[in-house]
Amino acid sequence: MCNIYLANENLFVTVSNSRFPAIVAGLLVALVLTALTSATIGPVSIDLSTVAKATVNAVGVPVGLSVTTETGTVLGVGVPVPTPSLSYHYPFDFAVADTSETIVRKIRLPRIVLGASVGFALAAAGTVMQGFFRNPLADPSIIGVSSGAAVGAVAAIVFSIALPLPLMAFAGALLAAFAVYAIATQNGETPVATLLLAGVAIQTFLGAVISFLLVQSGESLREAVLWLMGHLHNSTWAEVEVTLPLALLAVGVLYAYAHDLNVLLMGEADAHALGIEVERTKRLLLALSSVVTAAAVAVAGVIGFVGLIVPHVMRLLVGPDHRILLPTSALAGASFLVAADTLARSGAAEIPVGIVTAAVGAPFFLYLLRRREVHTV
Amino acid sequence: MIEVDEVAVSLADVDVLEGVSLTVEAGEFVGLVGPNGAGKTTLLRAINGALDPGSGCVRVDGDRMDALSSRAGSRRVATVPQDTSVRFAFSVEDVVAMGRTPHRDRFRGDEASASHVDRALERTETASLRDRRISTLSGGERQRVFVARALAQDAPALVLDEPTASLDINHAAETLSLVRDLVDDDRAVLGAIHDLEAAGRFCDRLVMLSGGEIVAAGSPEDVLTADALAATFDVESVVTPNPVTGTPAVTPVSTTDETTRQVHVLGGGHVGARAITQLRAAGHEVTAGPFPHGDTARTVAERLDVPAETVAPFSELDRETLARTRERIADAAVTVLADLTLAPSAVQLELASAAPRLVVVEERPVSERTSGGDRNARRYERLTAQAPQSHIDDIANAVASAATNPPDTSVPEEYRLTKDDLQGTR
Repeated sequence: MCNIYLANENLFVTVSNSRFPAIVAGLLVALVLTALTSATIGPVSIDLSTVAKATVNAVGVPVGLSVTTETGTVLGVGVPVPTPSLSYHYPFDFAVADTSETIVRKIRLPRIVLGASVGFALAAAGTVMQGFFRNPLADPSIIGVSSGAAVGAVAAIVFSIALPLPLMAFAGALLAAFAVYAIATQNGETPVATLLLAGVAIQTFLGAVISFLLVQSGESLREAVLWLMGHLHNSTWAEVEVTLPLALLAVGVLYAYAHDLNVLLMGEADAHALGIEVERTKRLLLALSSVVTAAAVAVAGVIGFVGLIVPHVMRLLVGPDHRILLPTSALAGASFLVAADTLARSGAAEIPVGIVTAAVGAPFFLYLLRRREVHTV
Repeated sequence: MIEVDEVAVSLADVDVLEGVSLTVEAGEFVGLVGPNGAGKTTLLRAINGALDPGSGCVRVDGDRMDALSSRAGSRRVATVPQDTSVRFAFSVEDVVAMGRTPHRDRFRGDEASASHVDRALERTETASLRDRRISTLSGGERQRVFVARALAQDAPALVLDEPTASLDINHAAETLSLVRDLVDDDRAVLGAIHDLEAAGRFCDRLVMLSGGEIVAAGSPEDVLTADALAATFDVESVVTPNPVTGTPAVTPVSTTDETTRQVHVLGGGHVGARAITQLRAAGHEVTAGPFPHGDTARTVAERLDVPAETVAPFSELDRETLARTRERIADAAVTVLADLTLAPSAVQLELASAAPRLVVVEERPVSERTSGGDRNARRYERLTAQAPQSHIDDIANAVASAATNPPDTSVPEEYRLTKDDLQGTR
């Protein structure tokens, strides 16, 4: 494994535990401000106070849950697809012009909230993976999650499978992650190095499958390629309703394991001597971060770099302690993706957000690299 | 406290431990000594529950370690690892607090943490380092921090894997006397210690492990005997009481002559290559050549930084190279003729004749490596008649003993370099 540990120690900050809540609160405020600002930007400019009012109006309290079952067709066979739907009560009702309210509530907000959820999920998963692999190159898709999702999604597009695309992508993502895990596991042990190599091999293989599907795609090529680039176009509240709770829940559980992740950084033998059930913890961390990543990739496609650079940058700012690193990375990832998506949609023609994150993220990352700040996890 | 009963461990079909039994009582510091590969680390790993013994069992405080969860096990045995390098910028306090992991509730945390951490820092005199990043500490400081972490773990048994391996003597003594203090708090401590004298000085008892078995156990005076050391470590030694501490002091007595000599290797191919490698490994200052370009021995010489002359392809050995080689051979205490191939020219024989002492290695009969006619073969035989022969595997010893012979100064007239010899040489 290419672990390069030449950290410039002086750049690391050790943040005392007492400052954790303040930092997290600050990042939350930054996220809300970014989101509101983003909602003012678009073909129609809407001022901040209108956006704020419309946003508050959009805050709903879930009061009921119902499940309807629709039937999808896969290869000519009807498959029941359960669709949960929540009913909400909206406690606020500020006076806002109808058009503005519709634009903010129906078009911009779902996209912004979905972007925040996806950024939150990817950055959190990236943080966990970098710590887990003790490797600065690790990112959320290192064990094949994104490639698996891409195969599922592209297959859905190319073969016009009647199942919802996000479901196909989600299933593909988890299948790929599970395959990598199963291949790398022997006698109940999953060496991290083997996992990494198996991940690379499966990613390469799935890359070939994607290329093959694209060659076969014909008319649907454009749609497939756009999906692969990562996008938040046409986001709906329905997607938010699935992704956001899933991401919050899984990251919440990951947060409960932040201390274990710290101890794992000391090495597996040491972690065992300190009372960590190493293999079980590894399984859990892998499963959770795969689910988090899958939930993000399924709705937004392959958005690169968020899960790689955001954790690195936050590690520089708050240090290696996952109890602070995990929540701050997740919140910073959310703000970053909202900002990047705003950029992506504010030009004359909308471009996939994956292009923006990579185009903005890569030079920034290289800048950090040249300043010798990012050489370590 | 720690009871090891007939523990056997095999890793990858190799028996690493074979029926090891020992006990460590509370308030006792037992040192585990033995050569590398004796199974010390494996035994410690069996004790802290990192690996399950194939047979036998380890009990700590009456409970079988292999039946306990990692969490329950680590409440009984704290471990100070051999490798304390931490590549992450955790503060010293963070690292020590990690010792509280087995006592920590996932959701409620650990209320006693702060007080245990404070006490551990205090006890190991690392409180002043509290906010330093662990990765900026020296080896000795780091070792103390890891002892502090083990203290915070609040376990009745403590195992240490080579706690002093990477420390200089003052820090090693400091660390071991700190451990000694902890023993007096009624802890049972077992430490693998490679420094025999330090082990003898700080431990109550020693257990000597060799080849996966206990070969000696008892007080330091009983275990550290010249006989036991000779059998276990394969080293002649003198054991005397240390005048300062009164504990056994071990002085290894070298049996091999370690003097570095200048040795030249003449003749290439795989025999030449092995001669260079072995002489170099034996610590000699080796020169070699001349070799044709692309010869195995030349590649080896280059890799080992052994000065060697090379003949460029399709060209002749020039006068300058020849003179340089001759000088080297004359300077060398011993010149090794490594399965020398006799070319039509007698250059190599001429060079060999400059050597004060020769050692001959022959793998092929002379007839098979002569292309220069019977005259060269006869010259070769005459030149090497008095020289000791050696097998290639024994070359280092042969050179060492040859070097003690008086130099052979009689250089027959016929080996003087002639102008003809310089021609047609490759």
